[in-house]
Parts: sequence; C-alpha cells; structure tokens
Amino acid sequence: MSLVRVTDLTVEFGGLTAVDGLSFELAPGAALALVGESGSGKSTVASALLGLHRGTGARVGGSVEVAGTDVQRASEDELRRLRGGKAAMVFQDPLSSLDPYYAVGDQIAEVYRVHTRASRRAARARAVEVLDRVGIPDAPRRARSRPHEFSGGMRQRALIAMALACEPDLLIADEPTTALDVTVQAQILDLLHTLRAETGMGLLLVTHDVGVAAESVGEVLVMRHGRVVEHGPVGAVLGSPTQAYTRELLDAVPRVDAPRAPSQPSEEIVLEATGLRREFGRGKRAFAAVDDVSLRVHRGETLGIVGESGSGKTTLGRMLVGLLEPTAGQVRYDGHARVGVNRAVQMVFQDPVSSLNPRRSVGESIADPLRARGERDEQRIRGRVTELLERVGLEGAHYDRYPHEFSGGQRQRVGIARALAADPRVIVCDEPVSALDVTTQAQVVALLAELQRELGLALVFVAHDLAVVRRVSDRVAVMRQGRIVESGPADEVYDNPQALYTKQLLAAVPALDPEVAARRRTARREPAAL
Amino acid sequence: MTGFTGFALRRAVGAIVTLLAISVIVYVVFYATPGDVAQITCGPRCSPAQVHQVAQQLKLDDPLYVRYWHFLQGVVAGQDYSTGTSVERCSAPCLGLSYRSDRQVMQIILGKLPVSLSLVLGAMVLWLLLGVGTGVLSAWRRGRLTERALTGVTLAGVATPSFVIGLVLMIVVCGQLELLPFPEYVPLSADPEQWMWNLLLPWLTLALGEAAYFARLTRASMLETLAEDHIRTFRAYGVGERSIVGRHALRGALAPIIALNANDVGAMVGGAVLTETLFGLPGIGQELVHAVNVVDLPVVVGMVLVIGFFVVLANAVADVLYAVADRRVVLT
Repeated sequence: MSLVRVTDLTVEFGGLTAVDGLSFELAPGAALALVGESGSGKSTVASALLGLHRGTGARVGGSVEVAGTDVQRASEDELRRLRGGKAAMVFQDPLSSLDPYYAVGDQIAEVYRVHTRASRRAARARAVEVLDRVGIPDAPRRARSRPHEFSGGMRQRALIAMALACEPDLLIADEPTTALDVTVQAQILDLLHTLRAETGMGLLLVTHDVGVAAESVGEVLVMRHGRVVEHGPVGAVLGSPTQAYTRELLDAVPRVDAPRAPSQPSEEIVLEATGLRREFGRGKRAFAAVDDVSLRVHRGETLGIVGESGSGKTTLGRMLVGLLEPTAGQVRYDGHARVGVNRAVQMVFQDPVSSLNPRRSVGESIADPLRARGERDEQRIRGRVTELLERVGLEGAHYDRYPHEFSGGQRQRVGIARALAADPRVIVCDEPVSALDVTTQAQVVALLAELQRELGLALVFVAHDLAVVRRVSDRVAVMRQGRIVESGPADEVYDNPQALYTKQLLAAVPALDPEVAARRRTARREPAAL
Repeated sequence: MTGFTGFALRRAVGAIVTLLAISVIVYVVFYATPGDVAQITCGPRCSPAQVHQVAQQLKLDDPLYVRYWHFLQGVVAGQDYSTGTSVERCSAPCLGLSYRSDRQVMQIILGKLPVSLSLVLGAMVLWLLLGVGTGVLSAWRRGRLTERALTGVTLAGVATPSFVIGLVLMIVVCGQLELLPFPEYVPLSADPEQWMWNLLLPWLTLALGEAAYFARLTRASMLETLAEDHIRTFRAYGVGERSIVGRHALRGALAPIIALNANDVGAMVGGAVLTETLFGLPGIGQELVHAVNVVDLPVVVGMVLVIGFFVVLANAVADVLYAVADRRVVLT
C-alpha cells in the first residue's frame, strides 16, 4: 500500500489553476522531491496532502490519500489526527513558523498532547527528548527558550523536532533549508537523512533547489505550471533528463565546480579599500560587523564576496558605495579618498520588490540618478531612460508602468538600469539574484556579464551562493565574522582552498550528482577528512 | 527581569519632565484666559477695593513666573499659608490652596480620587472582559452569523454616547424594574458590598461603550495574527481551532489591547465627567469641571497634574506588561 497516493489533483484559487491534474505515489519509507520554480504549484501540492486548503476558498479536485486517510473526504477530526500524527510538515521560514510568545518545548509539547493523551509532564519530557534527538545542545534548558533565542539552524531543528514528536509515517518538508546558510543547510539535510534511516519515515521534499533534491531523495518530480514535467529516480532525471524544461532548469543551475571563461581585466585599480572597519552599537554591546578589510577592484573585473549571514558582506558593500561611513579605514576611488556617495560607484540591491518605490513608475525610479545629477530636460531624461530600459532587456514603453506589473527578474533589470543611469564605473551588487528562480538568475547574471564587457564596468558581487559567485567572479574574497579569511583568483580559491572555513563552505554545497552527495555526506561526518 | 531598576528610574525621570511640562502649559493657558480671576473669585457684588484685596491675598499681582516658582517650591518643600486667623502648614508635595475654599488642593484631590479610581478600575475589568471576550468570539466565528451580529452590536456600542447608555440603564434598571436603588457613592472601606452594588451601573455605563472599542480592536488584531505563519504551523499539526484562537492568536494580539487600555484608564481617571455627573459620583472629573468654571487655578493645576500622573503611570505599567507578554521586548 502506498504511503501517499495523489490522483489527478487539481487546485484552483479563484480563476487561477495552481495544480493541474497531478498524480504521483510514494511508497512507505521512500523519499520524493517536488522540484520547480516559483509558481509551479509545488507548495500547493504539499498543503493539499494535509488538507490545508480546506476552508480557504480554494477548489480542490481529484483524490489525495495519505497514510490511509482520504484527505478529501475525511472529517475534521480525521484530518486533525492525520496532521502531525501520521504526516508532519516542516515549513520554510523557521522564525515565523514558531509562535514567538511561547517556549519552544511548550509548543512541541502542545502538539504532542493533541495527538496523545499524555500528561503535561510527559509531553514536556517528550519535547526535550525530540529536541535532543535533532541535536539541540542542552535540550532540557533550551526547551524553555523562545524561538528568538535560537539561531536559524536551531529553529529549523526545533521544527523538525516538532514533526518527530508523534513519530509520523510521512514528513513533508516545504523548502526546509531555503532560509538557511549553506553550512547549516548541509547539517539540516544530513539530519533529515539520518532521521529517515532511523525511523523509516517517508519524505516529501518541496524545493526549488535541484542540489537540495539530489542530496536528499530517491525520486524527483519536476513541476511546471502545476503539471508534471518529468518524474523518475533522482539519478536518471538529473543525470539524463528527457524533457527540454528539465535540461533548461539543470543548465541554469550554477555549478560550484565549473570554471569561468577567463576575462582580461586591466591592471588599473578603480576602487580600493584599506583597513575598513565598521562597528555597530555602543559601549559593551559594540561589535565590529566589518573588521580590517582591505581589497582592490580593477577596471572591468568582477570581485566576488562570499560569506554566510552575519559575515559582514552587506555592510562591506554599503561602505564601498558610501551608504555607510566606515568607523576606521578608507575607501579610495580612482586613487582619491572618497566621502559620501559617488555617482561612479552604484549599487544594485537584493530585494527587487522593496528597493523600488511601489507608488512611482519604473521610468521615474530609473530617472532619479539623472535628476540627482542636475538633468532637467524631460525630453532627454525620457530618451536616456528608454535607452537604459532597452539596454537591460526591457522595453522603452515600460517607462510608465509600476513595479507590481513586473516579474522578479524584470524588477531586478529595472534595478540594474537605475544603477546604470549614473554612468558608473563600479557597480556593487548585493545579493542581486538570491530572490530569483534559477532560470531568471542565469538571465540576470548573463546580463551583468554582458554589460561588464560592453561598458568596461567593474563589479563587486556580494552573495551567499558559492556557485553563483564562481560563475560571475574573476577574483573571490571569502568573508567570515567581518574578516576576509581567503582571497585570490576564483579558480584557485574554489579548486584549491587554503582556509579551513572555505573548505567547509565548499563541502557544504549540495552536489547535483546523488552519488557525489552521498560521498560528501560521509565526508562531512568525519571532520578529519576536510 | 534585569535592568528593571534602570527602566523604573528612566521612567520616573521621564514622568517628572512630563509633569513639569504639563504644569507650565496649564499655567500659561490660564494666564492667557480672559476674565479677572479676583473679580470672579470674590463674586459679582464685590467692590473694587474688595477685589483688590482678594487679588493681593491670592498674590495675583505677582508675575506669572514668580507664582509658578512658589508653586514648585510648595511641591518640593511644602509651604505655610496664612488663613487670616492662623498659619497652616501644607506639607510637601503641596499643590497649593484653593482660591475658593482655602482648602489644600491635595486634600481635595485625595478626597475625590478613591471615587474616580473605584469607577475607572472597576469599569476596566468589565470592559476588558466584555470587549476582549467579544473580540475573541468574533475572530473565532469569523465569517459566520455570530460574527456579523457581534459586529453590528459593537458598532452600535461605539456609536452610542455613554450618557445615553447610562440614562437608559438607570431608567430601566432602577426606575422600571426597580432591581437596584438609584446609585449613591459608598466608600469601599465603609461597605464593600454596597460599594459594588452602587457602582454597578456606573461601571456598566463606562464599560459598555468602551468594550465596543476593545471588541473591534481585539477582532482586527486577532485576524491579523491568525494570518501569520506560526498559526499555519499549528493548523498543520492538528491543533484545534479553540487552542489556536484562544492561545496563539490572542497572545499575539495583546500588544495593541494593552496600549489602548493604558491610554483609556489614564485618561478616564479625570475624564469620566459625564458618568460621574449622571450618577452623582463626586469624582475628579466633576471637580475639575467645577474648578475650571470658577477659575480656581490651583485646583485645576493640581487635578491636571494628578491626571497626567495617572496617564504616565498607566503607560509605564503597559510597557512592563508588553515585556511580560512578549519576551522579545527589552524595557528601555
């Protein structure tokens, strides 16, 4: 008997069909990944398995059977027994997925008591037990902590502990590692792997990251527009895809092990930072987000800055542009010490949604740097903005449209056009593609490379994604706790890392090949192998 | 709760600054008010000589800043006053003497305060129970007939002035049904049971309109919390709707309720004039209106300061409650 049997599932929200005639099965103890880009309907399927669309106004057709429960026909009580008891779900954002007002252990205990008749005391003990099981150190004490006192990785462990509390047959993980750093991601994926081996529970993994799927499951189901594109064993689908879309998706995934086509940067230094330091807070609470960082950017080259969250990379990027003043040290542009913002050094921001004013047309936003320079001739402004829009692959007619009318990738193009408007020589890109799907990501990266070639721009590319950084960078600097731990030509740093931290980072990147992934997992378990 | 002493100290300093500012504003406003204070105090039949004498006695001829300085001295060190026949000691904090009755302002306020506090704190318990309860019920039964009915009732409650509610209550409960005697204030210390029965209608009068505001706020705030991710987590784990609404959503919705409650309690210590008048309760609000009418400056200043004190106090209590409700809040 199958653990999950989905037949001809259709989910409609209003007039929009999110899932369109999807069928698949999952055997007990097996692991399946639903892979797709945003809007492919993969999370909608995950919610449908627990009947979470009930009462939301969504129209659900077809049949869903999970652990012997017919989700479509089940009564409220039957559904409640299924949820958390037989099938448990782990959500993407571990901070917002836990109640901020209650202790973590109490939340797990509450879920446990819903499904068992355990006493309060027994439920608390169970909570401590599962927290300990997922590797929370000092679990009896930390069970009394509130979610904000946990790190991102610990929160995700706590959510997994909640899922384990009632020993479910099926674990549904909806983008469980998307909000986490790559080393933490590797730990969480390893944890899921071990737990599955121990408990024999089935896993349905929802992810946009093909690498995460390759690390974790036996079967892959590629989704697009609510339909199945390709379904089969992970090795076969990722190794020799039969569908064009799967190939496209795989090609777009940046590889951490693929060298970049060499470029010919000049020796001329356009941007130089020496001994940069930036502190936040005062007195006892002061800490240095960036500590003694020196770097050089040559004309026409791309300097990649990689690091995990909290490494200080964004603070560094902002100081390079002049949005933040350094506590100590200096930024020199073209050999001159620089204070404040300089039009020749521009920035592209991470979130293309919030970095554009939603109440102004994109043309107006792009025109801002022009007006800031004193351009007053409306005719010339419009002409230049039209040119810029076309330059980044949009249309001049888009001038009067508003940000919400664009997709994420298009908005990031608008952000790039705005940065170009000031005729910069250096653009600092702060996580420019981390909010985008892989195929869109590849397009934006290609656009940046093209602009760099044609305009001779120097790029500083700040990102947490090692593979993306390798794809774009000539030279790379690895940051940790405000310092640069290693820097050098990209190929050298990636192929022959010297610093232990760089090695750990690289070892944590999910591999696209399941066999390589398995080897790496073993290696991670023996730290000596690093 | 580490740092609580620091928090209390900062708050105390803030309160003093606020109260000083209030007292200055009240002085300036009254100085600028038209009308001869001495004439009004003395009465319409006083001769110019008598008016002059009153003005001298009340030190009305001194410049404003001198009078204000004397006032501050009294607050800090106390003051001796001559009542004509004898010298009376007004110990610190001395808010001065009434122009009208030669009574110490502090004594007047202390006499009225228990009435106002009885009224407001009792009503607060009622409006929190009624208002938050109704709000939780509305959020729980959202989209159903119960919620629509409750929305209608609370809208009516918001729209009805408190004196209408009070009058109707008094006419129906005391007049027609004769369930209660017409209210008359009995101090808590004298007879707790009579205190409660006599305050029941005033409490209801204040609480019904107020509860409607709280019901609407609670409902809106809870619906917001119910849309959050962590609520989805507990739904996905089979936690029942009762626990989700009553435990998780209510806890998340508490902050604005605490804030509104602090403001309202503070303001009503001196602002429940209509209810006090309607039920003949000798509270702060009534006394303040009277003092304004007869331009009894020391009483007005004293009353306003006491009301200001309670507003500041209520807000400080609210801040502590925030921190208790949400451990992420750091008291500063």
